[in-house]
Amino acid sequence: MGGNLYANPADCNCAPPCRAVIGERRLRPVSSPRVSPELIDELRAIVGAAAVVADEASTRVYECDGFTLARSAPDVVVLPGSRDEMVAVVRKVAASGLCFVPRGAGTGLSGGCLPLDAPVMIGTSRMRAIRSVDFENRRVVAEAGVVNLHVTRAAAAHGLFYAPDPSSQSACTIGGNVAENSGGPHTLKYGVTTNHVLGLELVLPDGEVVELGGEVDDVPGYDLRGLAIGAEGTFGIVTAATLRLVRTPQAVRTLLGMFRDVDDACRAVSAIIAAGILPAALELMDRMIVEAVEAAYGFGFPPDAGAVLIVELDGLEVGLGEQVDAVRAICQTARASEVRVARDEAERAALWKSRKRAFGAVGRLAPNYCTQDGVVPRGSVPEILRRIAAAAERYRLRIANVFHAGDGNIHPIMLFDERDADEVSRVLAAGKEILEACVELGGSVTGEHGIGVEKIEQMPLLFSPVDLRVMSELRLVFDAQRRCNPGKIFPTPGACVETVKVGMPRRQVPL
Amino acid sequence: MIDAALLRQCVHCGLCLDACPTYLQLGTEMDSPRGRIHLVGAVSEGSLPLSADVVRHLDLCLGCRACETACPSGVEYGRILEAGRAAVETQWRRPLGDRLRRRLLIELFPHPRRLRAVAGLVRLLQALGLWRIVTALIPSARLMPEVQPTSALRSTAADGVAVMRVALLEGCVSGVLQGGVNSAAQRVLNRCGAAVDIPADQTCCGALHLHAGDLEGARRLARTNVDAFSSGAVPDAVVVTAAGCGAAMREYGALLRDDPRYAERAAALAARVRDATEVADELLDRCPPLGARAQRVTYHDACHLAHAQGVRQPPRRLLAALPGLELIELAESDLCCGSAGSYNLTEPDMAAALGRRKVDNIIATGVDSVAVANPGCALQIAAELRRRGSAVRVAHPLELLDEAMRGGEGT
Repeated sequence: MGGNLYANPADCNCAPPCRAVIGERRLRPVSSPRVSPELIDELRAIVGAAAVVADEASTRVYECDGFTLARSAPDVVVLPGSRDEMVAVVRKVAASGLCFVPRGAGTGLSGGCLPLDAPVMIGTSRMRAIRSVDFENRRVVAEAGVVNLHVTRAAAAHGLFYAPDPSSQSACTIGGNVAENSGGPHTLKYGVTTNHVLGLELVLPDGEVVELGGEVDDVPGYDLRGLAIGAEGTFGIVTAATLRLVRTPQAVRTLLGMFRDVDDACRAVSAIIAAGILPAALELMDRMIVEAVEAAYGFGFPPDAGAVLIVELDGLEVGLGEQVDAVRAICQTARASEVRVARDEAERAALWKSRKRAFGAVGRLAPNYCTQDGVVPRGSVPEILRRIAAAAERYRLRIANVFHAGDGNIHPIMLFDERDADEVSRVLAAGKEILEACVELGGSVTGEHGIGVEKIEQMPLLFSPVDLRVMSELRLVFDAQRRCNPGKIFPTPGACVETVKVGMPRRQVPL
Repeated sequence: MIDAALLRQCVHCGLCLDACPTYLQLGTEMDSPRGRIHLVGAVSEGSLPLSADVVRHLDLCLGCRACETACPSGVEYGRILEAGRAAVETQWRRPLGDRLRRRLLIELFPHPRRLRAVAGLVRLLQALGLWRIVTALIPSARLMPEVQPTSALRSTAADGVAVMRVALLEGCVSGVLQGGVNSAAQRVLNRCGAAVDIPADQTCCGALHLHAGDLEGARRLARTNVDAFSSGAVPDAVVVTAAGCGAAMREYGALLRDDPRYAERAAALAARVRDATEVADELLDRCPPLGARAQRVTYHDACHLAHAQGVRQPPRRLLAALPGLELIELAESDLCCGSAGSYNLTEPDMAAALGRRKVDNIIATGVDSVAVANPGCALQIAAELRRRGSAVRVAHPLELLDEAMRGGEGT
């Protein structure tokens, strides 16, 4: 490896690059090795015929996840139903020398499970067992394909819940959450996935099974568990995770502040934190989002709200009322036109439904959207919002904002129509500019969606060549041949992404 | 082939996955709503040929529309599916056996007279003890309950002063195989102050045609019903006891949108369609005193009531109002039972798997009865309960209400 940032791609028997296309619909790989009929038969022998997807129509639906700008269909999708089947499948694929890409529910937003240079996709959708529950010690062992919300459902009767709650929690799975180190609205107080995973069962790209972390905190030695969480499936395939459960708070109060504009709402956010209050969630929606959400769910937001702030306070019943009063006063000082408290659990649930499904609700505004995921220091939120608005104007785009204001994790949602190539290219350019602005303001190019293929180009903005080299070399410890989810996270000279440029013939942009 | 605007509503977020029965059973993306929309879109734009594989995944969809409940973007999946199936029927030639089976269903179920003739034959075979031979040869025939003779319904006046005048859709399967449900509904409505008309020229609602992609056949039936239910005095409501029929009739406006002679009347009729449980719930305050009969009951949400018509609370309120009845919530209550119109006849394996899942959940509640507001679901669930030798009874919510009104002397 030495000082060379880029290991020789020829180590792997896959991968002439340029398989996926960003900004343009699919391009079938021409020269990369294909899956042989013999391999497909062998995979069927392991998992059963129904769990091997190889026909043209069926593989097509696996060509993208929630990030639809890049598409590339795998040759075959294998869906093992157990750890043993997974091991056998990975070994078989390893013996064939082919690359593979893991996939959970396909709700990711950065193209993390796009089969970029990998003809084989291995999905965890049939591994849905909760292997064990230990409510006394507040932990549960869930297989990778268990839906996030099902963990909380299994624990709710015992007064416990699984804290990381991405907006897609009703569909996304634990394996994908681990790969992306998913967060959610309640990240502010409860932390992200890595704060709630005690141990992992990981199938390495050669088929060996390694246990990372354990059943208790502070396992001696390197924190390999921490390394693997957020590795975006480049270390192997997680087949199960030991998750920490958290006591359901005794009391919850959810406030809703309506503001004239996002600046006032941001002032309230900063003032709440400055007052020493730590809300469970602190979420902001701008006018465009409020309108879309209102059209979808009819929650009852005032039609003229320029920004809506959701503040959720939880903890012991005693003292919570004072915090509610304090937050209300802060919002009023920040010129809130109205401050409401959710009357009951039903109203609170309706409010969160509006917030968590906000991304989907924008489907009512435009045929396609692309959600950016940048981070800025909390104090810079008003500034980044100004820059987003400027970018929207310059690129003639509609950009809606819904985000985790408490931790400065912004989610500008760029609306477009994929049939308009010019608009697509403007979306890509604006997205790039917004992320560059995040870095410039001292933040990051992703808070929780991951790098995937979407932000690969921005990695050098955030990391020095040495940083990238260390990360890239570390990956080789787990995946020496870069066979698992190739072409993700790290910009490599071989990889390229084709983009459609305004008024120009398509050109290749080396990364 | 399909209105592109319908397809563009889907932003590929995947929030529908965990609501989809076939995805829950199989874990395969092409058997999820998002996957099927992707397939229809790819075929529609011409980048994927229509193939046996595409047809297979469209066929496997139950049309339960649970995905519409889950969808944040308001995707009209039911309409996408119908358009996709219509394209299949016009552009794809199915194998002969498949074609014959589908033809048979369309030629039998939507025709009460033919269905009644078959039911008579079945009754004879059942009486002679020969029905077992048939079920041994044709597993799907196990769905057939013990057939009771039914008599035609007649219009009836309200008990006392009428506060409402409604017209009742008899339906095909519900009319012939579950005639007791319509009679019970009629008695309940009469007692609560509604006059109930039975329009003479009414016909099948067209749901089976719609699900099978036969849009023209569905339109033909819809026109007949528009005429039948719009002649004479306009009823306050068109009452339906079968969720699947109610859902189809609520679509009449969209179905006949391009027919200048019918568009307006069809939309007006569609707007008046109500499920019988909704109307009964509204009139419950006017009900005579209810008799008590201690029993534990759970409620199964028929897809075409909960997902397609958004009716969830009225049947629950009705049941909870019955003295002595303890209503126990059913796990996965709005997950399809596998019946789905004629699906249990065209896709018996998936239908059976979902039937087992549903009955597992029902048995786990420990109830005496399960209330079901759709004849297809009732047949499917009853058949699976019979197979397991379970004593749990299947009844329409209005049958339970009718029994309570008659002093709890019911069956």
